[in-house]
Amino acid sequence: MKRELTLTINGQPYTGVVEPRRLLVHFIREEAGLTGTHVGCDTTSCGACTVLLDGRPVKSCTLFAVQAEGHAVTTVEGLAREGELHPLQQAFWEQHGLQCGYCTPGMLMTGAALLERRPDPGEEEIRRAISGNLCRCTGYQNIVRAIQEAARAMRGAAEPVSAGQGAAGAASAARGGMVP
Amino acid sequence: MIPAAFDYAAPGSLPEAVELLRRHGEEAKVIAGGQSLIPAMRFRLARPGVLVDIQRIPGLDFLAEEEGVLRIGPLVRHAEMEASPLIRDRYPLLAETASVVADPLVRNLGTVAGSLVHADPAGDWGAALLAARARVVLTGPGGERELALEDFLVDTFTTAISPDEILTEIRVPAPAPRSGGAYLKIERKVGDFATAAVGVQVAFDADGRCTAAGVGLCAVGPTSLRAREAEAFLAGKRFEPEVLERAGELAAAASSPVADTRGSEAYKRDMVRILTVRALARAAERALAA
Ligand SMILES: Cc1cc2nc3c(=O)[nH]c(=O)nc-3n(C[C@H](O)[C@H](O)[C@H](O)COP(=O)(O)OP(=O)(O)OC[C@H]3O[C@@H](n4cnc5c(N)ncnc54)[C@H](O)[C@@H]3O)c2cc1C
Ligand code: FES
Ligand code: FES
Repeated sequence: MKRELTLTINGQPYTGVVEPRRLLVHFIREEAGLTGTHVGCDTTSCGACTVLLDGRPVKSCTLFAVQAEGHAVTTVEGLAREGELHPLQQAFWEQHGLQCGYCTPGMLMTGAALLERRPDPGEEEIRRAISGNLCRCTGYQNIVRAIQEAARAMRGAAEPVSAGQGAAGAASAARGGMVP
Repeated sequence: MIPAAFDYAAPGSLPEAVELLRRHGEEAKVIAGGQSLIPAMRFRLARPGVLVDIQRIPGLDFLAEEEGVLRIGPLVRHAEMEASPLIRDRYPLLAETASVVADPLVRNLGTVAGSLVHADPAGDWGAALLAARARVVLTGPGGERELALEDFLVDTFTTAISPDEILTEIRVPAPAPRSGGAYLKIERKVGDFATAAVGVQVAFDADGRCTAAGVGLCAVGPTSLRAREAEAFLAGKRFEPEVLERAGELAAAASSPVADTRGSEAYKRDMVRILTVRALARAAERALAA
């Protein structure tokens, strides 16, 4: 039985007439026309479909669109602000955090949620956070580096510090990056 | 893959949800986090005609210790168990379990209660909560009933729940003084089900003798298992190395793993032995340090 469904995605209402079995990822890609969110598997394994549901990263291929009604969904299209890349997107670009780019939207959403919660995550913590997002290309090194770089940039923007403190922060972040 | 068509209901209260289940009988299924049910529906292993979504019922996400019992509501997610200071400080067995269930994205949706009802012998919560001596509360048209988790878990993917019942609470006895727990899991990679895993909860008297031991085994039998002989053997003993070794052997003997891509029968049984020894040692260290 189809029904009319309105979801809030990136702050905008999107309406579609769908069956309850419509998966959120398909609503996002087909009803809302936001194709940044990818589908990489049939088995809830890859995380390419990661979106934020009320700020928490979840696999949108394993959630029915009806379940998301009334909740706030954020997709990769919601990261950039007025044509300016999100610091995480900028950092993925600069640190070569992607090759084919298939996993990237999911990685960005998981990374964004992590940095929202933990402005200064250690390498271990970053690796743990992205452990549900598979990347078949990069070997993860540059993804971790990009998230660290974005964390630095976002802390810098949030709390302008004196040159001395800034250098100390950068040094400790660099040390964090060398933990095996 | 796309699931078969179904009708969706999102009741706003528990009595309404129970009434929907009663009315639709075997046709209906509860959906909580959907992290086991939706994959099963996508493979058409499950084809419920009606889904009763309990996520919009307020007040089902409680997680608190009251009068010597930890009460876990049916909408408490793995991630909440992992992040809760109460769980981290008082229930290391449960905190360690939460951190190795699936992956962080699945943990943001999947619930502890859903895991128990799903009753996958490779589910981590079954083994951990057997060790913790948990009980479950089921609510149906005739009211509530409470049973030991052990009696709830009947067989592979099979529990004692009726189609018109909802698991509404998991009850875990609060830890006694000088008690500790641990959960150890071998997995091929993050997000994989266990090759084998062992959860333990132990308590000691002032002389360091074990007063109670719970040992739960994951992925090595038709259901989550309790290693009863190992538990009985540990009672009254100090955790000397030979004692732990023997308990490990008894736990291994209680397991009945089957060979699959994760390992041979012999390998899994030996992992049960090793994990039991290590988990007991870790739990004892925690119990006696506190
Ligand atoms: C990629 C992946 C990896 C995973 N790895 C692991 C792992 O390593 N270890 C592990 O333990 N689990 C693992 N899981 C399973 C995960 O833990 C599920 O979240 C959990 O088993 C089910 O909880 P849920 O809330 O999602 O339940 P749902 O999927 O919503 O429901 C599962 C079943 O329980 C019933 N149900 C749910 N809640 C209730 C209730 N309150 N009352 C009555 N019936 C109810 C449903 O009708 C259904 O039959 C994994 C899942 C995925 C997708
Ligand atoms: S598409 Fe692979 S986990 Fe969702
Ligand atoms: S960049 Fe290709 S999968 Fe990650």
